[in-house]
Amino acid sequence: METNRRVFLKVAGLATLGFMVTKPALDVFARGQFGEASVGEALDPPHEVGTTTKWGMAVNLTACSEKDGCTACTDACHDYHNVPDIDNKEEEIKWIWTAPYEKVFPEHGNEFIEDDLRGSEVMVLCNHCEHPPCIKVCPTRATWKREDGIVMMDFHRCIGCRYCMAGCPYGARSFNWKDPRPFIKETNPDFPTRTRGVVEKCNFCAKRLSKGLQPACVEACPEKALTFGNLLDDHSELREILATHTIVRRLPELGTEPNVYYYKAD
Amino acid sequence: MYDAGKIISGIIIFFILVSFPIWISAASGTIGDVPELNLPADEEQCVEDAEWMRANHMDLLIDWRETVVREGVRVYTASDGKEYNMSLTDTCLDCHSPKAEFCDQCHDYVAAVPNCWSCHVDPGGS
Ligand code: HEC
Ligand code: HEC
Ligand code: HEC
Repeated sequence: METNRRVFLKVAGLATLGFMVTKPALDVFARGQFGEASVGEALDPPHEVGTTTKWGMAVNLTACSEKDGCTACTDACHDYHNVPDIDNKEEEIKWIWTAPYEKVFPEHGNEFIEDDLRGSEVMVLCNHCEHPPCIKVCPTRATWKREDGIVMMDFHRCIGCRYCMAGCPYGARSFNWKDPRPFIKETNPDFPTRTRGVVEKCNFCAKRLSKGLQPACVEACPEKALTFGNLLDDHSELREILATHTIVRRLPELGTEPNVYYYKAD
Repeated sequence: MYDAGKIISGIIIFFILVSFPIWISAASGTIGDVPELNLPADEEQCVEDAEWMRANHMDLLIDWRETVVREGVRVYTASDGKEYNMSLTDTCLDCHSPKAEFCDQCHDYVAAVPNCWSCHVDPGGS
């Protein structure tokens, strides 16, 4: 082929274009931009080796069920975090609430055993799982596992796709279908509200923990049925309870490994 | 030249319409208005240099937000060594309240609409 100016310019132009397109594309792969959320990643959440804290909670089923109808923990939590009170099953927002024993522990449904608990209401909240399915599916990393074990929400990044709600087997997440502000009776100026279009859930009182306070629900329970503490501290009250009681966790067969534990009083 | 009159008057009308924003504000005396900032009376200085804050407060706030929410660190050490709690409402608005007389003054002027206040609670009213 004869190389005249016209052909030369065409080839040079195409080569430049090709370089412009492939270089950034290659860079993306080289930098591992898809890295964090990629499939086939090790199952372990990003737990830094050497971290000395892993928050967990134990719920005393007996003590809690004795106060039928008590809502102290829910009230304390929802007041502190400006959780709206929407009286509608489809749009309600919950961080900590009660559910029937049979629903919380469907595998304990056998006749005659656990008769004392059947029919009672059980406290449920986000389990801050060891292997949280919700963070795997979040496309913006708006929810992730902190080094201290808390499954956090970054409301600034939440785009409201609700994949995490589909991912959570415990129904621990709620979606703001409408502006929550009109449904908050008294706004706590210390904690931001949320807006329409974001998902929310319990954060183990991350803000209170940063001030050295116990979670609001733990503090409010009149029966002292909730024990919060550091699972990595051998001498914590929480570890003491786990060591001396028969413990159950929700839906153990899923392998999510909840960090919220349930036990019966002695 | 055909239709010179129509073309010229068309051009004149066009320029009157295009310059509408300029002469309307000249007529109403708002030309050259600058935001009136109500600076804190009992405070001398901002978290960082005021000049720097004017240009970079949005980046600083995003930085605070990331550090608090994602890293769990809540204390900011300013370049002069002073420590601040990294909080939009507890810190910025502690000095700059009500925000309507400070933040909003500028933002209305430049038509910036930060969505922060749909969640963060302005202690000086909504
Ligand atoms: C300790 C009180 C204090 C805190 C806290 C504070 N400011 Fe300031 N800020 C001031 C003072 C005083 C000035 C005026 C300083 C000057 O003129 O030298 C100022 C000036 C500014 C200015 C420049 C205004 C101008 O003159 O153009 C901006 C923007 C600003 N602050 C934003 C913020 C933001 C955003 C925060 C939170 C990250 C914040 N400030 C926190 C006291 C404070
Ligand atoms: C001196 C004028 C001025 C003052 C005072 C001021 N701002 Fe700003 N702010 C601006 C400008 C200009 C922008 C940039 C707008 C843009 O880039 O579109 C901005 C942008 C922002 C943004 C980012 C908005 C966005 O949509 O990304 C935030 C957040 C913000 N300001 C917060 C504050 C807060 C909080 C205060 C009061 C404590 C404050 N500003 C006071 C001038 C000001
Ligand atoms: C969807 C609701 C929502 C929106 C919108 C939002 N925030 Fe937040 N923000 C939160 C929540 C919730 C926290 C966590 C509070 C905590 O843990 O102390 C937070 C925390 C923060 C913090 C650190 C803690 C504090 O007390 O301030 C900063 C700084 C912050 N946000 C800045 C911003 C800025 C700047 C904007 C606007 C550009 C914004 N946020 C918009 C919900 C929101």
